[in-house]
Amino acid sequence: MYLEAVKKKKPPLLQFSSRGIYCAVADVYLDPWRPVPKALITHGHADHARWGHGQYICTEASLPILKHRLGNIQLSGRPYGDRFLVNGVQFSFHPAGHVLGSAQIRVEYQGEVWVFTGDYKLENDGVSTPFEPIRCHTFISECTFGLPVFDWQNPTEIHSQINHWWAAQNSDKRSAVLMGYSLGKAQRLLKHLDPNIGPIYTHSSITAMTEVTSAQVDFPKTLALNKEVDKNDLKGALILAPPAAAGGAWMKKLSNPSTGYASGWMSFRGARRRRGFDRGFVLSDHADWKGLLKAIKATGCEKVITTHGYTHLFAQYLREQGYDAITEKTAFEAETPAEETSTTL
Amino acid sequence: MKLFAALVETLDQTTKTNTKVAALKNYFLKAPKQDALWTIALLSHRRPSRPITTTQMRAWAAREAKVPDWLFEETYHIVGDLAETIALIYPSNPEAELNRSLSAIIEDLIELKSKTDEQKEAFICQMWSQQSALERFAFNKIMTGGFRLGVSQKLMTRALSQALDLEEQTLAHRLMGDWSPQTISFEELLIKPNPKDQLSKPYPFYLAYALEDSFFDQESADDWFVEHKWDGMRGQLIFRSGEWFCWSRGEELMTSKFPDFNPLAEKLPQGTVLDGEILAFTDGQIADFSLLQKRMNRKNVSLKLRTEIPVIFGVYDLLEFEGEDLRHRPLTYRRTLLEELFQKNNDPQLPWFLSEIVPCSRWDDAKKEREKAVEKRSEGLMLKRKSSPYGVGRKKGDWWKWKSDPFTIDAVLTYAMRGHGRRSNLFTDYTFALWDNKELVTFAKAYSGLTDAEMKEVDRFVKQNTTDRFGPVRQVKPELVFEIAFEGIAHSSRHKSGVAVRFPRILRWRKDKSIDMANSLEDLKTLIP
Repeated sequence: MYLEAVKKKKPPLLQFSSRGIYCAVADVYLDPWRPVPKALITHGHADHARWGHGQYICTEASLPILKHRLGNIQLSGRPYGDRFLVNGVQFSFHPAGHVLGSAQIRVEYQGEVWVFTGDYKLENDGVSTPFEPIRCHTFISECTFGLPVFDWQNPTEIHSQINHWWAAQNSDKRSAVLMGYSLGKAQRLLKHLDPNIGPIYTHSSITAMTEVTSAQVDFPKTLALNKEVDKNDLKGALILAPPAAAGGAWMKKLSNPSTGYASGWMSFRGARRRRGFDRGFVLSDHADWKGLLKAIKATGCEKVITTHGYTHLFAQYLREQGYDAITEKTAFEAETPAEETSTTL
Repeated sequence: MKLFAALVETLDQTTKTNTKVAALKNYFLKAPKQDALWTIALLSHRRPSRPITTTQMRAWAAREAKVPDWLFEETYHIVGDLAETIALIYPSNPEAELNRSLSAIIEDLIELKSKTDEQKEAFICQMWSQQSALERFAFNKIMTGGFRLGVSQKLMTRALSQALDLEEQTLAHRLMGDWSPQTISFEELLIKPNPKDQLSKPYPFYLAYALEDSFFDQESADDWFVEHKWDGMRGQLIFRSGEWFCWSRGEELMTSKFPDFNPLAEKLPQGTVLDGEILAFTDGQIADFSLLQKRMNRKNVSLKLRTEIPVIFGVYDLLEFEGEDLRHRPLTYRRTLLEELFQKNNDPQLPWFLSEIVPCSRWDDAKKEREKAVEKRSEGLMLKRKSSPYGVGRKKGDWWKWKSDPFTIDAVLTYAMRGHGRRSNLFTDYTFALWDNKELVTFAKAYSGLTDAEMKEVDRFVKQNTTDRFGPVRQVKPELVFEIAFEGIAHSSRHKSGVAVRFPRILRWRKDKSIDMANSLEDLKTLIP
């Protein structure tokens, strides 16, 4: 990238600095990981929307989420597709299909177009606005699941497995505890649960996030899991909780619950067994191998920068396919099966 | 195959023993007898020999999945399991339909062994394409072994006992030895055993647990026999109807490897079964374990090898005498008969010795004796309850092993590799180095000893501090120090450090130490006896 920049005698439109992805001409950062004056944010997950920036710009759909997570910040929202100028550089947000309000950021300057994906998936999850391919010269792509072993099944099939599993617990008068990250996975799971099976309870962080997003999505009716809930009411119920809350004191209320975990990492037996959950449902908000390749192809780009995930392997594979692909280091950590970290699943 | 694949899925999905037993019982009741028999064989490490190499499996799967070989290899290292990698990477086919029984598939695999490579490839790829990912996984595991389903032989025997309404102990005994579903039926093996087949059949081995801290407060030395724990290979010698058999703990028939024991067969009465330790015995004393290993590694036992490394049987239990199964009798009874038998045949020319009982009126005596382990060439002590019957498998309470304290040294983490099974996709396999002047020299690899939380912490360190990549191996910045424990130490020309250590493992993470405080190769060498 450096050599090419020297040749053209101008710096690349987006650079990877110690604070984040930086557009020097506009003097703005995309999903910066250290405090900066002006930040464009792809989505509300903690490793992309961080504390301490002077000014935040995100999609309109992300506004309530960022407000909820970051409190009193200087924040403005833009509709998907709306083009706006910052110091002569044109920016716009486009649906990434990752979680509610998530976006790819398109950057155009003097005829050159870059797209930064943040996180994305191609399937329509029924909650977030579905991914739209954007043509560009340079595509900065995540590759959390950038290995050929990741091959998602049709999500409808997974949702029916989940309902089936819950119904089986319900008929045994057992509670079904379903784990999913509180922003994104929880809403997606909730959206597709069959409320005819039994009552649905949500753990506090999910209760809050569901409330924040309920203006934009129709969810089945839920009850808050709190100290007042009678443990007999939880028999046959489904409890939606973030993975970080697994093993907490609240679980002692449940007699012999069955635990399920919805994540792309559940493809691996090892990851499944390490967590010790009864069931692993392979359901991810990131693109699988074929999804990544399809998305890249659809952009018509020549150059790909892989940021987080199996970056080295994925870039090497892309080079063999004729792309000019490199890897850049970011603070979006995704190489770990993000069990204990704050990143998304 | 569907039924078997569903069983594998159920076993894999639960960590609860009761659910596993119920699933197995249910399977044994429903499955065709020949399938059930093969399942028992597979779960007790009796899979048929592999018709193809894992190299072939990798090459064919990569080609079918249209993935370059290097990427397949990298992916395999991340997944940590070949059968699973192929199951996942293979293009999914929702219409896949395979109507073939488990035993028919295994018989195909056995026949496949003698076919040409082209025929093998055609068969395997056709099977893969007709299977669901789950069936593909089960099918691959039949070939590669190592199901890792958390089903011990004991657990399987329990399920089988419930399904057949037969006693667990009886079944455990019937399942011993080197039977194969190719030569014996379900009926013959489990329901109506043929007495002729029983001749060579070993008894299930009784295994000890590592001693627990509370032991000495609760037990009186009077109730216990104390012996040295011999550092060789556990074995069972059977003398019945003019024939003799030598079994390893892994239920491998070793008779032909140890013709040394022939003279014993000539002397001991028929209907005798001995439990003890096979040991290398040179210059009139017990030799290092590595010598026994050297002998074990040879396929053919030449006279030269036998003269160079003779073996001896250190006997400590009598399981059958005059054709009578003594296992339910108390150890004192068995021991008395064993001592009589030994005295009658106490000939220095015979390749056996009686493992002596250490006189021990107080536990302090045992503690003193344990310190003599190196001198006695043992690994420590065994404590056996005098009144105990001879049990089946690993059972707590009557037999304890009290090993000598291991050697320890502080070493620096230098390389890491991803683990397998439960640890797949985590960097859990480590290489450690010691100082040699200003350089760090590799001395051992270790895979165990950290808690799950520590493992995750080191995993994160490795990912953030990788300085170089060699395929699946990451070189890391030398920064972390660990205390490494090991059992034995000897000079070695095969190791770069010049030293080989036995069973190295991580004792603890020394977060209080920086790398300049780690030990040197010199320090290590001073431990060599």
